[in-house]
Amino acid sequence: MKNRLLELLQDNCKFTDHELAAMLNTTAEEVRKQITEFENSGVICGYKALINWEKVPGSEVRALIELKVAPKRDKGFDDIAERVMGFDEVEGVYLMAGNYDLAVFVKGHSIQEIALFVAKRLSPLDSVLSASTHFILTKYKSNMVDMQNLSSDKDERECIV
Amino acid sequence: MYCIMDYDCFLNKKIKNTKPSGIRKFFDIANEMENVISLSIGEPDFHTPWHIREQGIKSLEMGKTWYTPNRGLSQLRVEICGYFERRFGVTYSPDTDTLVTVGGSEAIDGALRCLVEEGDEVLIPQPSFVCYEPLTVMAGAAPVIIETKAENDFRLTPEEIEEKVTDKTKLLILPYPNNPTGASMSREDYEAIAPVIEKHNLIVLSDEIYAELSYGMKPTSFAAVKGMKERTVIVSGFSKAYAMTGWRLGYALGPEPIISQMTKLHQYAIMSAPTTAQYAAIEALKNGDFDIEEMREQYDMRRRLIVDSFNEMGLTCFEPKGAFYVFPCIKSTGLSSEEFASQLLMSKHVAVVPGSAFGESGEGFVRVSYSYSVQHIKEALDRIRAFLKESKNSD
Repeated sequence: MKNRLLELLQDNCKFTDHELAAMLNTTAEEVRKQITEFENSGVICGYKALINWEKVPGSEVRALIELKVAPKRDKGFDDIAERVMGFDEVEGVYLMAGNYDLAVFVKGHSIQEIALFVAKRLSPLDSVLSASTHFILTKYKSNMVDMQNLSSDKDERECIV
Repeated sequence: MYCIMDYDCFLNKKIKNTKPSGIRKFFDIANEMENVISLSIGEPDFHTPWHIREQGIKSLEMGKTWYTPNRGLSQLRVEICGYFERRFGVTYSPDTDTLVTVGGSEAIDGALRCLVEEGDEVLIPQPSFVCYEPLTVMAGAAPVIIETKAENDFRLTPEEIEEKVTDKTKLLILPYPNNPTGASMSREDYEAIAPVIEKHNLIVLSDEIYAELSYGMKPTSFAAVKGMKERTVIVSGFSKAYAMTGWRLGYALGPEPIISQMTKLHQYAIMSAPTTAQYAAIEALKNGDFDIEEMREQYDMRRRLIVDSFNEMGLTCFEPKGAFYVFPCIKSTGLSSEEFASQLLMSKHVAVVPGSAFGESGEGFVRVSYSYSVQHIKEALDRIRAFLKESKNSD
C-alpha cells in the first residue's frame, strides 16, 4: 500500500484521505497516519503546484550549468553543494557520475543575468574547477507532465457500438 | 439520363429494421462539446504493453505478412489452450476445438450463425452488450430477453431461465463478467444454473471476454462447471485483458463439431484473422500474465473509488466484481436514464451511457466506465456530485 499511496499522491496531491482510502482499500485514518509518517520522515518533502513558467508573461530564463569541482577531504562534495544550493538563483543541484560533478539548474531574468551569475558568483568559488553553461530553450516534459501539449492528450478512443 | 433507384426494395429487411446502437448517441453529442469529460468508453485506456507490440513489429520486419491457416497460427492455438488450462482449468485441443477470430465479436456472430436458425429461440440476459440481440436476429432466430435484477446484483438465476424457456429455446447467452453492469457469476452461481441448462438441453454461448478483469474473486469459466464443457462455446479474446482492442483478435473454444462448422463459415467469410495481431498475441499469452495483473490492480483502484463515491452521493451502486463498468441506480433523482445522461452532459459536460441502451431492464441506471485515469475519474465525480446537488436544490 505504501508505494501505491505515494504514486497516487505524486499523481495528484489533492485526493482527499477518503478517496485515497477507497482506492487503497483501507481507512481514511490509516491513510492520514501513513501520510504523516511520510511527512515526518522526509519521504514527502512538500506539495507544490506544477507551473509552466514559459506561459507566464515576462518569463524567466533557465540554464543547466555543468560544474567540475574538487571534492574536499572529509566533506566530499557536500560542502560545495551546500554553497551552491544557497544561491536564490539556483533551483536544483544534483551530484552526477560522468564528465562533470554537479548539475546546477539556475533561473534568471535574462541570459545576461545568468551569465553574470556564473562568472561572478559560481565560478570564483574555491573548489570550482570549471563551469559550462547550457541555456534551456524549451521544456518538453517536466515532472511527468507534457509541458508543450505535444502528445495530444485527446482521447482517441471511439465509441463504436 | 439516370433513374432514381429505390434502394429499399434491395435492402435486407432484417438489417434495415435493426436499430443502430444507442451508446453512440451521447458520444456523438459529447464529441461536439468543449471541455467534456467522458466516462462512456468501453475499451481499456492502457496501451498494449510494449513487449507485445514489439513482437507484432518484429513479425512485420521479418515479412510475415501472409494469411495464416484458417483456424489461426498453430503456435497461437497451442498458447491459447495452454493459457485456458492454466487460468481456468479447462482443456481444449488446439487442433480441433480452437478458432482464432477477428475479435470476440466475430466469434459471437459465427457461433450464433452456426447454431441457430429460423424457429429457434435464444435466451439473452439483459442488461448486456448490445450485439447479442441483433446478431441473433440476423442469424434468423428469435431473441428472448431475460431481465436480470438489481437485487440479484444482475446475476442470472435458474428460476429466471426456467421462466423463459419454451420448447423452441435452443441457446442461452451468458454475458459474464457483464458489460454494462459489471456483474460476475461465481463458480457457485454457474453451478446453480447448470441443472436447468441440462434439463432443457440448451447450448450455451459464454462470452468471457472480461474474465481476466475480475476483482476479489477468481475468474471462472462456465466450461469449468461439471458437464457444461460439452454444451458450451467459449468466446474470449485479447482486447480487454491485454488492451489490444485495435488488433482485432479473439477466439472461440468449444466442442469439435461446432468449432469445425464455425471454421467453415470463418474460412469463407473472413479467411484468417490478422497475421500481425496473431504474432503479437503469442507474446501476450506467453509473457503477459504480469501485464494483466498490473492493469487489473489499476482498474481495481478506480473501481473502489468510483463505487465508494457513487454510494456516498446517494446513487446506490452494488459492488461490481468484473469488467470496468459500474451501474449506479439513478432512480432517486426522479429522472429516466436518458434524461439523467442528457442533463448531466448538457449541464456538467460529463458523458455516461443510459442503462436503457442495454435493454429495457437497464432503465433507471447508467453505465459508467472506469477505463480512465484516476485524475479523470476524480474530476468527473466532482462534476456529478455538483450536478446532483444542483438538481436537488432546484426541486
